[in-house]
Amino acid sequence: MSTRDLAGVVVLIAAVGCARTTKVETPNLGKLATAAQIAGWDISVGPDGVGLPPGSGTAAKGAAVYEQKCQACHGAKGAGQPNDRLVGGHGTLASAEPVRTIGSYWPYATTVFDYVRRAMPYTQPQSLSNDEVYAVTAYLLNLNGIVGENDEINARTLPNVRMPNQANFIIVYPPSAR
Amino acid sequence: MRPVARQSRRGFLKRAAALLAATGLVGRGPAAAVAADPPELPSWMKAPGAGFSPYGAPSKHEGKVTRTFARSQAGTTGSGAIRAPLEALEGTITPSGLHFERSHSGVPDIDPEQHRLLVHGMVKRPLTFSIADLLRYPMVSRVHFLECSGNSQLLYQATPPNLTAGATHGLVSCSDWTGVPLRLLLEEVGADRSAGWILAEGADAAAMSRSIPMAKALDDALLALFQNGERLRPENGYPLRLFLPGWEGNMSVKWLRRLKVVPAPIMTKDETSRYTDLQRDGTSLMFTYPMEVKSVITQPSQGITVQGAGLHQISGLAWSGNGTIKKVEVSTDGGTTWRDATLTMPVLARALTRFRLPWRWDGAAAVLKSRAIDDAGNVQPERAKFIAEHGSNAVFHYNAIAAWSVAPNGEVKHVYA
Repeated sequence: MSTRDLAGVVVLIAAVGCARTTKVETPNLGKLATAAQIAGWDISVGPDGVGLPPGSGTAAKGAAVYEQKCQACHGAKGAGQPNDRLVGGHGTLASAEPVRTIGSYWPYATTVFDYVRRAMPYTQPQSLSNDEVYAVTAYLLNLNGIVGENDEINARTLPNVRMPNQANFIIVYPPSAR
Repeated sequence: MRPVARQSRRGFLKRAAALLAATGLVGRGPAAAVAADPPELPSWMKAPGAGFSPYGAPSKHEGKVTRTFARSQAGTTGSGAIRAPLEALEGTITPSGLHFERSHSGVPDIDPEQHRLLVHGMVKRPLTFSIADLLRYPMVSRVHFLECSGNSQLLYQATPPNLTAGATHGLVSCSDWTGVPLRLLLEEVGADRSAGWILAEGADAAAMSRSIPMAKALDDALLALFQNGERLRPENGYPLRLFLPGWEGNMSVKWLRRLKVVPAPIMTKDETSRYTDLQRDGTSLMFTYPMEVKSVITQPSQGITVQGAGLHQISGLAWSGNGTIKKVEVSTDGGTTWRDATLTMPVLARALTRFRLPWRWDGAAAVLKSRAIDDAGNVQPERAKFIAEHGSNAVFHYNAIAAWSVAPNGEVKHVYA
């Protein structure tokens, strides 16, 4: 047997060995999910806007929602206390006392909608209507000087909102990306 | 019933000693010695012990060994973390009841019969699975550490934290995890492997979510159902959690209910505003997934007094999310000289590794350090070098060397040295 043939056998053994370890039989118990079932659960929104629902809101409308549902934890106009500050902090990230807020830190505006809808208000998550979430998102972006008071925020406009700190994130995965 | 023993002189002395101990007039040592030294027969040998219990609990004498240093967001009870008491533990497996917990909106009370996992997105067949379904799938068991990326973040601060090893480093634990390889479910739904990413979402009140690289999902990701042989504890994801060996803890999404195959990261709150690492120049590192090589001495450590000069054993934990611990070096002179510690077998990849080293203390002031090295060649850095590189604002992924000072009176304190 030539060296070349031997190499071929080694490759074949490796391939068979690999197939044996990767192919595991499963009982196939998954039940087909309907479109309605998926729609009921799929609340994630990517930076491209995929997943944003119908509806809209403005900062002017969002102020009232914020005062009623958010202010007790996040302070008047997002100033913080007792919980996270949501507004300001621009220009502090390289200082000894960085202030990370939606305006100074968050790289994507869609994340505000996604997070408020899934997790806020803390004591009543997933209780706001889509219009309320759009309005609060618009309000928080407006407080940070990123959108105008009467700008309509909806599935079309929100993904186009550019956040000031986006360019300062360095993606290090996979390791070769750095 | 046993007859009441006639009061003896010895019994009187014993009760008096116990009374003095209870009032704090004498230390525990002398009183215990009176009771247990031969030829005295201990009372627990003179009558049958307790009956059987359906679920065992630690000895009542170990009641002080609890999770510690709990911190929750203002106005909340379940948005924060509680730490494993590393200084009170030995070996490498963390008891399930002492495993650290990091939760973002409390621990949900999930009925396993109602719970479902939905796998959808870029798949041929979107499917739902019940827990009973998943329990029939082929499983694997693996010992792995889990570490919150915020572990030891207090060491970023300018002054050494006046806290125990568990309070500073206790957001790491290690368990025997059993579950279904995620790869098997991705094959069943016909996931588009070119999709690149999977959004994982929990069934807690935060609907905690992270984007997971497809490569990790196909490599070693588990849908974990069991922890240390029993079903997951509620605070660790009952009835189902994602488990990503070696990667920052929050990505191992607890109470897993949804996996969506997607073309790009969703950029959730917990991969943008949280769990990104702010550097000294104001840029932030994003998707810093593996937990870096790290170690900490747990015996002795702050809160444990070294009892006199002579022979002691240094003991600690080392781990790396990038592989297997190859070596742990220990210094007892603040880093001037180093000796190799003994690693307790088996040494497993992405698992806590116990190291030990005999130490003959001369009773003079000393500074103890440990330095871990993994099989990928990563070396745990000194704190000064680490801070010089990353600054003090990163919050996450702190892995520098921890130092303990030992004073001539045996008191141990966290120091920067």
